[in-house]
Amino acid sequence: MKYIEEFRSRELASGIARAIAQEADPARTYNFMEFCGGHTHAIFRYGVQDLMPSNVHFVHGPGCPVCILPIRRLDDAIELAERHGAILCSYADMMRVPGSGRRSLLRARADGADVRMVYSTLDALEIARANPDREVVFLAIGFETTTPPTAMAIETARTEGLTNFSVFVNHVLTPAAIRHILDAPEIDPEQAVRLDGFLGPSHVSSVIGSRPYEFLARTYGKPVVIAGFEPLDVMQSTLMLIRQVNEGRVDVENEYSRVVTREGNVKAQALVDRLFEVRDDFEWRGLGSVPASAIRLRDEYAAFDAERRFALTPKQSREAKSCECPAILRGVKKPADCKLFGNGCTPENPVGSCMVSSEGACAAYWTYRRAETLAEIARRKQAA
Amino acid sequence: MCLAIPVRIVSLDPGQMATVEIEGIRKQVSVALIDDPQPGDYILLHVGYALHKLSEEEALRTLDMMAEAGLIAEELAGEEGVA
Repeated sequence: MKYIEEFRSRELASGIARAIAQEADPARTYNFMEFCGGHTHAIFRYGVQDLMPSNVHFVHGPGCPVCILPIRRLDDAIELAERHGAILCSYADMMRVPGSGRRSLLRARADGADVRMVYSTLDALEIARANPDREVVFLAIGFETTTPPTAMAIETARTEGLTNFSVFVNHVLTPAAIRHILDAPEIDPEQAVRLDGFLGPSHVSSVIGSRPYEFLARTYGKPVVIAGFEPLDVMQSTLMLIRQVNEGRVDVENEYSRVVTREGNVKAQALVDRLFEVRDDFEWRGLGSVPASAIRLRDEYAAFDAERRFALTPKQSREAKSCECPAILRGVKKPADCKLFGNGCTPENPVGSCMVSSEGACAAYWTYRRAETLAEIARRKQAA
Repeated sequence: MCLAIPVRIVSLDPGQMATVEIEGIRKQVSVALIDDPQPGDYILLHVGYALHKLSEEEALRTLDMMAEAGLIAEELAGEEGVA
């Protein structure tokens, strides 16, 4: 068992595809949101959509941490490196995301700021140890998957007495965002997306478990199937969702049981709880302000909180004009609805975050559906 | 961002670290976030940290469930006389 090849078997895939084709009721449509950018990527990379009947649709959710970080927070990170002279450590995904005036961390580095790309918080700690006379800030982004590694780094810094290390915390919470999406139709009926169920996140769930999704079934009457990231996982989970819908069941099921349990990783959860508390609200790109959807360091850890350690200046950060990332992140628009797709916005020279991250919807369409999407845009232009 | 890969623990090292093997390449990662890591265990590796152990028993069960979906589909197709 290697846990990868087995879940990419062509033979099993065609069996599941046949089952889906038979069990999907042609008299109705199925709209399932895959919250996670990792699922969006798997759906495109392995052509999962092409194996679905035409009435089974995937609605791409906002589960791409790079995409949902508001521009102001990115501008703040650039300020930490430029004005406050810190060594700013960032995961690779963030480096090319354009901030205000299309300035990215990479651009700031070219202009002389000390921005370093790291693979792990372990590397950021190493940089702090090697540069005791410099401030070292880790730009922490990501959902519940990525939070425990941040927490571990802060705990290690505290134990070692690394006083030059701090973290700019932008960690966000998945269940709060899903709740917000489901509440959105009431806020704005124009933007309502009818969702028949959710493919639950793979690795977020390895940490938080399946229990935090139970409110979705209970309160919102939406089926959830926690799905692995391999193509067969996505297909099997879709079949499980179709069965729930057909049978009128509303349950939280777990297809990714080789990793996810109901309780999750209790040790990691305890560590995160010790260091962090929930913010009253947090700005998400595309979703706006979402209550109780992000975390920050507790007062006992204030010394490691870059937001409290440095006086960040207030700024008027702006979204790029015409960029449809916000609507795409809510699932109400597709990349073909954006005027900039391939027309000024490409992965090499991105305008919006959805084109930068490999988990972003625009990047997925660009990599795997470019010709079709550009043809669709051209057709609409002609019709207009 | 949330991408994580299954890797095998080769040996346990001091400081809650472990050496893992990824397609023939060895790398040191942190096992501080999981309980009772053991050489031979498969773990889910994310940004340098083991997040969870993988269960072989559950993996096999899932593969069985997938194979079963195909078999049921075949039977149904047979009943309906659809080739």
